Amino acid sequence: MLPTLNGRIQTRIFLLVVVGGLWTLIITPILPTGVGIGASYGATFSVILVTTVLGVLWELLYHGLQQFRWEKDWPTLFGFLTGINEGLLVWFLFAGGAVFWHDGIPGPAFVIHFVTTWIIVFLVANGPMRVPFVHWRINGGRLV
Amino acid sequence: MSESTIAPQHAQPPSAPPQRGDLNDRLIATDVWTDQMLAEAGIPIIDVPFVTFGGGIGSFVTVDYLRICGVPTSAMRVLTPLKTPWESYEYLTTVSQIPRTERLRSDSASTPDNIWGFPSYALREGPKQWWNVFVEPIFKRYYTPKAGHAFTSMEREMYRIRYPEMVVHGQVRMVRRRAGGGYFTVLTPPEGAASTRRIAYRSQWVHVAVGYPGLKFLPDLQRYRQEHNDFAKVVNAYEPHEHVYERLHKRPGTVLIRGGGIVASRVLQRLIDDRDQRGLQTQIVHLFRTYVDKAHGPGIFKRRRGADGWAYQGFNYPKSVWGGQLKQQVRKTHGEERARLYKEMGGTNTPLRNDWLEQLDRGRREGWYRVVIGQIDTMRPVGDLVEVAVSSDQGPQLGTFDFVIDCTGLEADIREHRVLADLLDHSGAGRNPVGRLDVGTNFELLGTQNGGKIYASGSATLGGPFPGVDTFFGLQIAAQEIADDLIKQGFAQKLGPGRSTSQWWKWVRNKQI
Repeated sequence: MLPTLNGRIQTRIFLLVVVGGLWTLIITPILPTGVGIGASYGATFSVILVTTVLGVLWELLYHGLQQFRWEKDWPTLFGFLTGINEGLLVWFLFAGGAVFWHDGIPGPAFVIHFVTTWIIVFLVANGPMRVPFVHWRINGGRLV
Repeated sequence: MSESTIAPQHAQPPSAPPQRGDLNDRLIATDVWTDQMLAEAGIPIIDVPFVTFGGGIGSFVTVDYLRICGVPTSAMRVLTPLKTPWESYEYLTTVSQIPRTERLRSDSASTPDNIWGFPSYALREGPKQWWNVFVEPIFKRYYTPKAGHAFTSMEREMYRIRYPEMVVHGQVRMVRRRAGGGYFTVLTPPEGAASTRRIAYRSQWVHVAVGYPGLKFLPDLQRYRQEHNDFAKVVNAYEPHEHVYERLHKRPGTVLIRGGGIVASRVLQRLIDDRDQRGLQTQIVHLFRTYVDKAHGPGIFKRRRGADGWAYQGFNYPKSVWGGQLKQQVRKTHGEERARLYKEMGGTNTPLRNDWLEQLDRGRREGWYRVVIGQIDTMRPVGDLVEVAVSSDQGPQLGTFDFVIDCTGLEADIREHRVLADLLDHSGAGRNPVGRLDVGTNFELLGTQNGGKIYASGSATLGGPFPGVDTFFGLQIAAQEIADDLIKQGFAQKLGPGRSTSQWWKWVRNKQI
């Protein structure tokens, strides 16, 4: 029911790549990026990549915080709200030019893409994920 | 010694006169039986690959899992004295004041009718509960399902998997190893249901799911009952005790409650609900042996909330035992180290619920709910009342009460259960670090292999490599581990993403399998 650190990292990578990737494929053409379709996909998939890599580091921090909780849990709400800090960090990295291979993405396009992706991944992780992967919740969220 | 769980029994008592096809001294004394020995005793043998007995929720979720993994009904038998899988559980929840309309202490995704835990109970209940599970436990108390919801959904699943076709009524007397491999499970069918006194099920796999070995009463309660033969004024909350509430309705009275767990909470709620709804004047004295006044635990990383005597925790275990880091941690431990972890997360506790907090606050303020810290020394009847002597933190105290409701839920030693004792004595089963049946991570009863395996799940296996065994989800976790082990042995089909999804879709459509 509750994942372990390893399970959280695996689940995050899997969901962002598979579910987030699919969603990005669908939504990118209608985002107000102001550039061509190729550049738009470049931007949105860069967001997914950076969010995934940073997410692994965020998980280490969350794991540390969990240790102060008797239940060693991470309430559902936290899993949702951490989208704010994670989204802001990704945005600042893009806006500040730290994502060196890319020119950046307009604010509205980023917000729509990031928020919708976050919500979809959150919803899948909190239920439907258990349908194909019946062992997943018992194995602490590990897929392999 | 009990024959089965503490539920009502429907099978015949074991003391019937000798009949055809009964056990004989030689069988009883022999650890490993041959087919010939049973033939000589006239006990008929029925072949079936997998036998589960107990027939409660533990058997049900295991059979459910295996049916979903493609095992036909003809390959499994459920030997049980129970009419339905939840009968025993419902009996216990009802007497301990959780009728069908009240909420259990169980997570939304712990769904014994659905191996995926999706859709969860909260999702099925409606938008108000979706919000609850979204913000719990930060802005709301944990969502928990109503007892009735759990039972009706299990009933639906029971028919969907054609469970009744696998049920054989009766009482299991023992399991013995068979010379040449496998096991014999000896069933005593109900009076008149069979032409012999016993029937032996010859199987390659046996699953033991007999539930709680029995109730254990505190020595002072036992002594009182033995000396004064009074079973009405001093009761255990796990026994039927409706007469207490009825008598308080007729005449005002004072009640002593003992215990700091969920049952004490529920009994208090019942007493106070009756006060509020029926205008009663019940006075309550609550005796805590251990009074918890603040967050407590062995260190900064292990502090459980507490106040007003109670230790607070959402569920019977810290949440991460069902999959999270505590599950993983315990799985790797053995012996004393494991016993220590169990002790750390153990201890009586109750969930935080707003209505309980409000009721007890009001009781303290208005003076009809008082707390004493200490232990009972003696109890004796004085007229219609019970006089109780307590060693309290304020020195010895003496009080008289109309009733004493003992809400401590001690479980008897596994040896108190006849079948479990037989497994320990004759089949190679052993005890784990906390004294219950020793199972491996696959819930195999260690030491009992015989060209097949005996598995066990539920309360009797507490203390094993997985802690939450005596919970809905714990039983499902055990079922999954057992099913996976059986899949490796070729008994069932693998539950990969494809099969899992298609089976789930069948569940959604309530399609019989």
